[in-house]
Amino acid sequence: MNELRTILSDVVTRLFTDRVTKELLEAAETGEWPDGLWQAVEENGLTLPLVSEAKGGAGGTWGDAFVVTRAAGRHAVPAPLAETIVASWLLSESGLDVPSGPLTVAPVHREDTLRLARAGGGWRLSGTATRVPWGAAAGHVVVVTEAEGRTMVALAARGAGEITPDQNLAREPRDTLAFDAAPIVAAAPAGPRVPANAVWLYGALARSAQMAGGLDYLLRQASQYATERRQFGKPIGSFQVIQQNLAVLAGHTAAAGTAAANAFRAADRGDAAFEIAVAKVRVGEAAGIGASIAHQTHGAIGFTYEHALQFVTRRLWSWRAEFGGEGEWAVELGRSVAERGADALWPHLTAR
Amino acid sequence: MQTFRFELGELPPEAEALRAEVREFLRRELGDAAPVRRAHSWGGFDREFSRKMGARGWIAMTWPKRYGGHERSALERYVVLEEMLAAGAPVSAHWIADRQSGPLLLRFGTEAQRQKFLPAIARGELAFAIGMSEPDAGSDLASLRTRAERVAGGYRVNGTKVWTSNAHLADYMIATFRTHHDPAKKHEGLTQFLVDPKLQGITMSPIIDLAGAHHFNMVVFEDAFVPEDMRVGEEGAGWKQVTTELAFERSGPERYLSSFALLLELIREVGKDPGERAAGTVGRLVAQLATLRQMSLSVALMLEAGESPNLEAAVVKDVGTTFEQEIPEVVHTLLGVEPTIDSGSDLQQVLGFLMQRAPSFSLRGGTREILRGIIARGLGLR
Ligand SMILES: Cc1cc2nc3c(=O)[nH]c(=O)nc-3n(C[C@H](O)[C@H](O)[C@H](O)COP(=O)(O)OP(=O)(O)OC[C@H]3O[C@@H](n4cnc5c(N)ncnc54)[C@H](O)[C@@H]3O)c2cc1C
Repeated sequence: MNELRTILSDVVTRLFTDRVTKELLEAAETGEWPDGLWQAVEENGLTLPLVSEAKGGAGGTWGDAFVVTRAAGRHAVPAPLAETIVASWLLSESGLDVPSGPLTVAPVHREDTLRLARAGGGWRLSGTATRVPWGAAAGHVVVVTEAEGRTMVALAARGAGEITPDQNLAREPRDTLAFDAAPIVAAAPAGPRVPANAVWLYGALARSAQMAGGLDYLLRQASQYATERRQFGKPIGSFQVIQQNLAVLAGHTAAAGTAAANAFRAADRGDAAFEIAVAKVRVGEAAGIGASIAHQTHGAIGFTYEHALQFVTRRLWSWRAEFGGEGEWAVELGRSVAERGADALWPHLTAR
Repeated sequence: MQTFRFELGELPPEAEALRAEVREFLRRELGDAAPVRRAHSWGGFDREFSRKMGARGWIAMTWPKRYGGHERSALERYVVLEEMLAAGAPVSAHWIADRQSGPLLLRFGTEAQRQKFLPAIARGELAFAIGMSEPDAGSDLASLRTRAERVAGGYRVNGTKVWTSNAHLADYMIATFRTHHDPAKKHEGLTQFLVDPKLQGITMSPIIDLAGAHHFNMVVFEDAFVPEDMRVGEEGAGWKQVTTELAFERSGPERYLSSFALLLELIREVGKDPGERAAGTVGRLVAQLATLRQMSLSVALMLEAGESPNLEAAVVKDVGTTFEQEIPEVVHTLLGVEPTIDSGSDLQQVLGFLMQRAPSFSLRGGTREILRGIIARGLGLR
């Protein structure tokens, strides 16, 4: 890690350690917006790593975004930080101004389509986007869709559509937004680096980093617990079976962190579709196994709402299914590999 | 909690430039070698091939020039190695020496030993075997019992080594013997030696593996005389040297590519337009492969930077052997074709070979359980 990234990492870790307390997480689960946390995150310039400084962002890279997003996952940050990072990148890549406040993206499900149609001098938005992360809490939603034969990026304000609230397992808002010829704030042709499936792709990228962070937490927490909890007169971590299980968790955590980091690096280089698919598949698999080992290690206490473990494991169970589960991404990845053919696999891998 | 670190890194341009050269060489040397031959990967022993590698300067790449080395970076060596393994080149006549015996001599050998052995290893002319395991000393290596007693001018050796890969083909073996016996301090009193397997008093017999192949051996020492100048390092320093050697052994790309040939056959078999189930299976394996390559590269970069990523290397080996061991199972589940010996399709033969080879992936070079114990220590559990 370069020096600036080390500093960034220290800043986010300190901020989240101080702010993302158990009380805050519990309040967020009852629907309370973590205003103080969000303000602190904005003041520290963490929400717009990929927006140029001229436009009010940090002028950084996906590599920086990785540091922030992974830390957000590690601390189970109950706010649309990852969504805001992706949404603001979509806007600025397409030459649109980035509004302040929390942002989200839509549509997040492949079956959902939103349509832009010209009306007078501007555009109107129609269609339904289901389970949009923080759809009601975000000040604006960034939409990627096709119109008049090209990919468009549009910005709609909260209130432009009708909202039906829902939640994921971690009680993070996942709201349905229904637009009916709704007026929008702005729209522009997607920038050259924004493909038609950008929300899906970069949403998967963001979730990979959050899950890698969640796994970091599980490994640390479970290793720590195993040295503290005593049974049969000694720490449970001295039992070989526990050691072996935690070594497996360590392997998955290491793989998840590497796969996610590699996808963010590829995003900085340009076309990251291969690496993002790799990451969503590998990290998603690690998430399921990791959650299971972490719970087993904690016994009954880890199965309670009282213990903080669940803030992360419930998120992992939801996040791995969002923006495409491992199965779906594996099919996509496998098709691309098959199409290039067996002999192209190794050259492809080593050229990336 | 001391934990691990996997930082991404880039291979430098000179390493990437070398890749093209290595591929061209392999294309010419291996030509249309059958997939099942390629699946032998680092099991293949071919002196002619090793000499050509030596002539190319692709053995001993990082060693000092005065010992026949080429003073190139560990990352250039890494590229050569991963290309060899991905292509299934028969490397075992030189690369045990390249990977561990040579570096061991470089570090702990006498000047005379370095002069005598290293340039010949670099030319691809000397094959080495590793004599560590014994009938009663497997995972618990420090309990090894083969005795080396001091006699005039050297040592008299009695005992038995087992599982010694390629001992019947090798020119030398680096063997670890007990020079001092104190049951309370079994890690002390071990010493390493360079042993010429043709010495009087050494009897070798093949051990046939489950598939009927002969690659490892039992080596019995009966009053075999090993001259003083063949001792490697100080008397009693063997344990430290062995651990160093095992660290060399654990960190390379050979720990996730053993079943690569089968993945390629699988991709060929499912064709350009696979169904959902086949595509998903291939995609999942490729996701594991691509991730392991980055992890392995990360370890290589740490080594190049002069760090000792022993914990990271153990993690890569554990995740890597799990992956290479899983591939035959996954192929079986997807296709259900019968694995064969030398009939049937290329895929069936590669499957047949690797199905029978896979159990060894998590045994050789330290078992899965031992490795996970090392990782657990890194996590602060022991
Ligand atoms: C193909 C192949 C090539 C080899 N080549 C060489 C070679 O060239 N030179 C050489 O010296 N050796 C070689 N070996 C030997 C190899 O290093 C040993 O097989 C290995 O160290 C394990 O020892 P073992 O087979 O005696 O098993 P054991 O140590 O008896 O282990 C049996 C089982 O018990 C488990 N076990 C043992 N101790 C513990 C513990 N403390 N906690 C939990 N579980 C434990 C093991 O993990 C394993 O599952 C080779 C082995 C193979 C399979």
